[in-house]
Amino acid sequence: MNVLEVENLRKSFGGVKAVDSISFHVREGETVSIIGPNGAGKTTVFNLITGFYKLDEGSVLFRNREITGLSPFRLPRLGMGRTFQNMRLFGELTVFENLLSGMLRKNGYNIFSTLFRTNHYFETESKAEEKARELIDFFHLSGKEDYPANSLPYGEQRRLELARALSIEPNLLLIDEPGAGMNPKEIQDLIETIRAVKERFSLTLLIIEHQMGLVMSLSDRVIVMDFGEKIMEGLPDEVRKDTRVIEAYLGEEFTG
Amino acid sequence: MNFFIESRKILLLALLVYGALKVLFVFGLLSQYIEQITLFSFIMIIASLGLNVIYGYTGQFSLGHAAFYGIGAYTSAYLTKVFEIEGVIPFLPALLLSGLLTGCAGYVIGIPILKLRDDFLAIATLGFGTLFRVLLDNSDKFAEALGGSRGFVGIPRITNLELTLSVTVFLILITRNLIFSRYGLFWRSIKADELASVSIGIDTAKMKLMAFSYGCFLAGIGGGLYAHLYTFLHPSNFDILKSIDFLIIVIIGGMGSITGTIYAGLIWVGFIEGLRIVLPAEMLDLRWVIIPLLLILLMMWKPYGLITKRSR
Repeated sequence: MNVLEVENLRKSFGGVKAVDSISFHVREGETVSIIGPNGAGKTTVFNLITGFYKLDEGSVLFRNREITGLSPFRLPRLGMGRTFQNMRLFGELTVFENLLSGMLRKNGYNIFSTLFRTNHYFETESKAEEKARELIDFFHLSGKEDYPANSLPYGEQRRLELARALSIEPNLLLIDEPGAGMNPKEIQDLIETIRAVKERFSLTLLIIEHQMGLVMSLSDRVIVMDFGEKIMEGLPDEVRKDTRVIEAYLGEEFTG
Repeated sequence: MNFFIESRKILLLALLVYGALKVLFVFGLLSQYIEQITLFSFIMIIASLGLNVIYGYTGQFSLGHAAFYGIGAYTSAYLTKVFEIEGVIPFLPALLLSGLLTGCAGYVIGIPILKLRDDFLAIATLGFGTLFRVLLDNSDKFAEALGGSRGFVGIPRITNLELTLSVTVFLILITRNLIFSRYGLFWRSIKADELASVSIGIDTAKMKLMAFSYGCFLAGIGGGLYAHLYTFLHPSNFDILKSIDFLIIVIIGGMGSITGTIYAGLIWVGFIEGLRIVLPAEMLDLRWVIIPLLLILLMMWKPYGLITKRSR
């Protein structure tokens, strides 16, 4: 089954074509990466899929449902999670609260239970807390539950953002440059984490990334973008050897 | 019910406060003037709590809070006039209605303006506050009873210690329950990062409207109690300067702290009225030299308010 079907996406900002007739699909359980030089339009594609930008043209199907034009808050409710290129945590909230928010969004209680603190309120709260604790353990953030998110070191903030995206129990997770600002050792850890996350939460992944090592070792398929267009799509090995791709990356040959 | 079991400590404390104040008032140990400003400080706490929900928790900067306080005050005064209400019990539904109506007004006004961010929202709420003041100044042209720029006179004095204290405590508990629920968490998430909130499925427009309407509801209830404490309303009580009062209380108390707002409300009213007693009559204007200076010092010394630690 195709979890995501993107058909002929177009978006211009002023006169600039940021994304020009992009089509692709992601099958259930797959890991697909979008690569391309800076400014190629990768993040714009993410923002179009997740509804943060309005499409000029095209359509997006998520689990066979037309989601074009839906308000962006609807998509997480249908099972689409995302992270952001330049990390957006709830900085002043604690690590625990960062996760609890998504949990209680997914499984909550109504206003009556809130005002009068019914038993249902306490049950739901403690269930959510339990799940949040599981995520905290899984992402090795134990002991930091009550720290404000913005007080964590960079690597832990990255992990927390991933954990928060999982707090809504998505089927499809869109990860925007998870390896940004990481050294080779951290990239290795990140690859392991993403593998484990995918396995544990049976996810379908769509990743934007620059780090070729990460892309090559995680992806089932790779989509290459340049100047807003898809210049090719194929298996990691095919992409690595393609001359158009090498050209787009200024003649650099990939290693990894 | 859980609500009361959970809140027994606060209810006990409220009972003690009530006992102490009642004794002081009944035996005439405190003047009528002190009694009045004590009740007034509770009213300020209710309304400031509303602004704290809107600004301190949800991050929506409003300079129009006094207008909503005014809507509550004028509505309840009008209701008691029309229905010739004089007792506390028949006043309760009128008070509730004034609060709800103010909440609805907040909802309707919130739909367009809450789409704005930060300083743009501040300007829009400022605009609304100014419009409301002009509306009140000319209110006698469409409803004689409201009194226009001469003020609304002849309001029965209904607000007493029992009513004010029980309403205050009840609303503090309700507010606490909201703040520590998922809704409060969503509000704080929105304040921290609106886009990230959307990414976990929070309907930010709806949640901001909810916070704004609830905050306005609290302002409306505060206004209703105020009208029937001072028995006279004047448009100048509900202008931008009054909005600043609420803002100062929220900031002194620490944004996003219920206990902070309570202390700050008491301190603020106590301070302004206290200076009125301490300073000789011809030097009363000095209040507005002393208070701003203290505020500047406070902001330099404790920019996040006197009470910054969140209490759960």
